[in-house]
Amino acid sequence: MTDAHTTGPFIAAIDQGTTSSRCIVFDKDGRIVSVDQKEHEQIFPKPGWVEHNASEIWENVQEVVAGAIVKAGITAADVKAIGITNQRETTLLWDKNTGEPVHNALVWQDTRTDGLCKELGRNVGQDRFRRETGLPLASYFAGPKVRWLLDNVEGLRERAERGDILFGTMDSWVIWNLTGGTDGGVHVTDVTNASRTLLMNLHEMRWDERILQSMEIPAAVLPEIRSSAEVYGSAKGGVLDGVPVASALGDQQAALFGQTCFSKGEAKSTYGTGTFMLMNTGETPVNSYNGLLTTVGYRIGDQKPVYALEGSIAVTGSLVQWMRDQMGLIKSAAEIETLALSVEDNGGAYFVPAFSGLFAPYWRSDARGVIAGLTRYVTKAHIARAVLEATAWQTREITDAMTKDSGVELTALKVDGGMTSNNLLMQTLADFLDAPVVRPMVAETTCLGAAYAAGLAVGFWPDTDALRANWRRAAEWTPRMDADTRDREYKSWLKAVERSMGWLDDNTAEE
Amino acid sequence: MAKNIQSLERAAAMLRLLAGGERRLGLSDIASSLGLAKGTAHGILRTLQHEGFVEQDAASGRYQLGAELLRLGNSYLDVHELRARALVWTDDLARSSGESTHLGVLHQQGVLIVHHVFRPDDSRQVLEVGAMQPLHSTALGKVLSAYDPVAHTEALEAERQPFTPRTVTDAEEFEAMLDLIRARGWAADVEETWEGVAAVAAPIHDRRRMPVGAVAVTGAVERVCADGELRPELIAAVRDCARAVSRDLGAGRF
Repeated sequence: MTDAHTTGPFIAAIDQGTTSSRCIVFDKDGRIVSVDQKEHEQIFPKPGWVEHNASEIWENVQEVVAGAIVKAGITAADVKAIGITNQRETTLLWDKNTGEPVHNALVWQDTRTDGLCKELGRNVGQDRFRRETGLPLASYFAGPKVRWLLDNVEGLRERAERGDILFGTMDSWVIWNLTGGTDGGVHVTDVTNASRTLLMNLHEMRWDERILQSMEIPAAVLPEIRSSAEVYGSAKGGVLDGVPVASALGDQQAALFGQTCFSKGEAKSTYGTGTFMLMNTGETPVNSYNGLLTTVGYRIGDQKPVYALEGSIAVTGSLVQWMRDQMGLIKSAAEIETLALSVEDNGGAYFVPAFSGLFAPYWRSDARGVIAGLTRYVTKAHIARAVLEATAWQTREITDAMTKDSGVELTALKVDGGMTSNNLLMQTLADFLDAPVVRPMVAETTCLGAAYAAGLAVGFWPDTDALRANWRRAAEWTPRMDADTRDREYKSWLKAVERSMGWLDDNTAEE
Repeated sequence: MAKNIQSLERAAAMLRLLAGGERRLGLSDIASSLGLAKGTAHGILRTLQHEGFVEQDAASGRYQLGAELLRLGNSYLDVHELRARALVWTDDLARSSGESTHLGVLHQQGVLIVHHVFRPDDSRQVLEVGAMQPLHSTALGKVLSAYDPVAHTEALEAERQPFTPRTVTDAEEFEAMLDLIRARGWAADVEETWEGVAAVAAPIHDRRRMPVGAVAVTGAVERVCADGELRPELIAAVRDCARAVSRDLGAGRF
């Protein structure tokens, strides 16, 4: 790019994601100056197991940082701070004396701790630690993964108790290495990442002694919990030698930050393979009675922490991929819109993609996918519409749950992610939510959020108001559907959801 | 009636041969099946390979049908694919220019707006996706008319309505304007469609250099022009954006 915006100074954001690591350099207006990206290997040792090689990841991070700096044509002197955002919950233990991981990182998708989580629930069940942590006991979260590693890597527990082993999610791993590793690297994590471990008390922002005892995790392995926006240390060596490392946020929280959802009731939804929606609930954690997670949204320096409610939809973009790869009804993901637009409506068909059960707000693992309402009239184009509507209705169910839990009505939904290029989907969302849907100008909200937090920490931006002023509306879809139609359609959708439940029973063996 | 061209007949026979039954054949199989000398068969295969209709397996040296044949059958670029590829570039164009950006494709006798990025200020704006613009007077329409022969015919045959005193309606004048657009690589609309509104547009090409759409920056004439001239940095930004989208669609550098 050749415009005037390449005059410094800049902020570099590192996004250590599930499939790749990226580095993006941003200017003061929040515009992208350069990007570099590198994928890493997904390791599947057994069905349901997913691992990453943390050494490969650290090498990739160094490479993409150097790549982005070179592409931007700048030096360390032009970069005021480094921000980190990362795949959440992915768990690593390493030797603090050698810097070597003791095992591959266990990725958030890895389900090997399912049994362990049931065991840990004892007679209480999966809500045993919900009051303290805001989370259900599920294989996603880091705590049980730490326990699995301590139990299964030979001699690890002894080394951990001796104080030779460090635990971290990917933010901790990247920061420790960036700041020198074995040569004085700082061992920290931020409140958002810590809130995904099942080990942190959400109200006090401290590791919970009782839970640590229950999970048999020695406190010696734990990083120090810090805010999301403060200087943790300075980069040692590498192209950014001497630059302050000044933020860490889990990827979904970073997107919330990048979308500048700084006020209570503001929400963002990221549409990718799956969908993650977070709503800012202000300075008090809101308990969920509707199947949502309570989590930390962010904490800027020594300000009060800001909490969020989180709802996720397992199957959204992946349903479109399924239409393309398994059904062969379309040749590219974008074509779903072309096919769907060839008809006026869904022709009475509803698609509930409960491929691995229903998630929030139902949590029914006995559900499986259904297409309901089929008649001779229905064509593949109606099914394409039903596919897009499924994403919109599932978003509606999450926002309804958020409204119930928080008492705050959604005024507008900020969206990002790949599926926002689907105009029909965005219009359908606005119609079904009966609220405006807004897309910001920088689609890379995750990296932007990390950059914003780091920039705040070093005074590159004065306050969150300055960041809000950077936010630009690229498009807005306003509701066009009349209330009667919406209510009737919602009822039909809910009927279809009902049909998907109870498919698995004792006689149906899970494959 | 002239005699049919023999080498084309032979090429067609080869494609049929590769399309039927088992799908990878060596040079001698092809030559003997068609009763051709190996050298003759090889010459035709090499030409077909160059055009992408036939591919040669690197390991075995055998021939099979090429990807280009599939593309011939559905050469049409899905407009939603175009939008998905253009998204980041048009966002950036709106940000750097401070004006709204549009992506348009030829649809019937006009330009269909398939993507619209708001002007980056906080003013109320309405999404114009799905709207139609005239071919002969808008920057998008003129670019399409200059580069796409189908759009050209449509624009010439249609009644060119004068929307403002500046609209070009005369056929000869219109053709001269398209020549200039082709020579410069961009088109402008300075109050030719709407009073007070100016726009600059550039063509988007796909990997076969086919014009598949156009991208434009549109704004108040006072901002888009300076001292009665279009601002050169806007023209450069629009062309950069069009080139970036074209590259994403697989078009080579040009």
